Amino acid sequence: MAAIEKYDLIVVGAGPAGSAAALVAARAGLKVIIFERGEFPGSKNMFGGVLFGHEINELIPNYWETAPVERALIEERYFLVSGNSATTIAMRTKDFAEPPYNGFSVLRARFDKWFADQAVEAGALLVCETLVESLIMDHGKCVGVKTGRADGDVYADCVIVAEGANSLLTRDAGIHAEWKTNEVGVGVKELIKMPKDVLENRFNLTGQEGVSMRILGLTKGMTGGVFLYTNKETVSLGFVAMIEDLAARGFKPNDLMEEIKSNPMIAPFIEGGSTVEYTAHMVPEQGYKSVPRLVHDGLLIAGDAAMISNLLTGEGANLAVTTGRLAGEAVVAAKAAGDYSALGLYSYQNALDASYVMKDLKQFKGFAGYLHGNPDLMDLYPQLANEFLKGLLTADGTPRGAKAKALLAEVKKKKSLFGIAKDLWRGWRVIK
Amino acid sequence: MKLEDKLFQDRYIVDEEHPHLKIKDPAACLNCEAKQCTQICPSEVYTWEEDHIDVAYGDCLECGTCRVACAEFNNIEWRYPRGGFGVMFKFG
Repeated sequence: MAAIEKYDLIVVGAGPAGSAAALVAARAGLKVIIFERGEFPGSKNMFGGVLFGHEINELIPNYWETAPVERALIEERYFLVSGNSATTIAMRTKDFAEPPYNGFSVLRARFDKWFADQAVEAGALLVCETLVESLIMDHGKCVGVKTGRADGDVYADCVIVAEGANSLLTRDAGIHAEWKTNEVGVGVKELIKMPKDVLENRFNLTGQEGVSMRILGLTKGMTGGVFLYTNKETVSLGFVAMIEDLAARGFKPNDLMEEIKSNPMIAPFIEGGSTVEYTAHMVPEQGYKSVPRLVHDGLLIAGDAAMISNLLTGEGANLAVTTGRLAGEAVVAAKAAGDYSALGLYSYQNALDASYVMKDLKQFKGFAGYLHGNPDLMDLYPQLANEFLKGLLTADGTPRGAKAKALLAEVKKKKSLFGIAKDLWRGWRVIK
Repeated sequence: MKLEDKLFQDRYIVDEEHPHLKIKDPAACLNCEAKQCTQICPSEVYTWEEDHIDVAYGDCLECGTCRVACAEFNNIEWRYPRGGFGVMFKFG
């Protein structure tokens, strides 16, 4: 790679944000190069995972016809677990099994590769197995990147950093401090393989349909939770926990994983399956309050590296696609105007602010703090729900009126009704 | 299921010449009571060996949790492995 070669745009990281940025910029005729440190795009990436498809579909209409998707998710199941019991709240619709679909479970080593290929087809140059070690700054303006290759300095009018939540480039450039233990969490996942028909019977699925589950009650009140997604022939089971909480409780992640797997309410979902992969990744948890300044002279930040994720709705990868796209479009506009300064690139921030991404992030900005401050939500509440409902359903010769009273008294021993009302009211306030 | 059996399922290309994780000042760990790194790492890269932390960087899943968790001492030098090295997810 000649050191003197210059690009319009360098994209760091071929994940959903980076590939979306490269795709729109390459389509507009810009000279784009993407650096990916993995062997191929996606080889370093994992998520729960659902990819909500609306944003991809805008960029690549009918993407599901060519993209390596797993299952169209038709059901969201909330599963409140304690001891030997679980209360389920589920919403299932066949409408999500029809185009344009709502979202698919995907495996990132396959999907991200496909998505990056779309950027390459549009004309972007993809260079894998290449680590970007630092940003090259000139009088406060980003002018390129230093890669780990020999003669590896590459220059461009603009750089988009999309290196994920574990972002070192922007930290080293002084754009943000090291993440605090309450800003990020860790996601740990096992991919568990089982025969297709077993999986489909187990989750009551036909054809391409899939289920996503959010499981509360198994993470000792930590901010985060347990997730389960069905793929074609595998189940993704794992948890997310805020680093501060995990540290305070002193669990080893794998021990917690094993505890979750052996829970009597969870074990039947994975019985007979075999683990084919064990992965972990940093997760932005704090949302809006952690978002660093995203627009700089010659530099934009997109995706998880921008700390853009939604703990409440479970969105992340689709937000990354949107931020990448908007960043790419801002660079296209900057080229047309011949101004790559922060001012010239500021259309990125304006477009983000006007989009659902920032509107949702702002609206739910108190949510992570609310969960963090109320460990009961993830621990005691599932227990109370199960005990109350199990008691009501138990036919043991006690009159139901007397039983309900006694059960309520039991609930009050663990949490006052005023305390419950307060938690609910606060919860409503942070999401309304 | 044991962690080592899980990690055996993962694909790694270990950079034998360049460890990407380092304890900056091994003596500082003597003053660290929590030794959070030995607890919090999903692949248990860090173990306390009598008077120092042993770093089995070849097992790293590259999540960065250890570095963030070592907030008090900020004693983990954490770089990404060189391009093409480290864990390579087959599925992700």
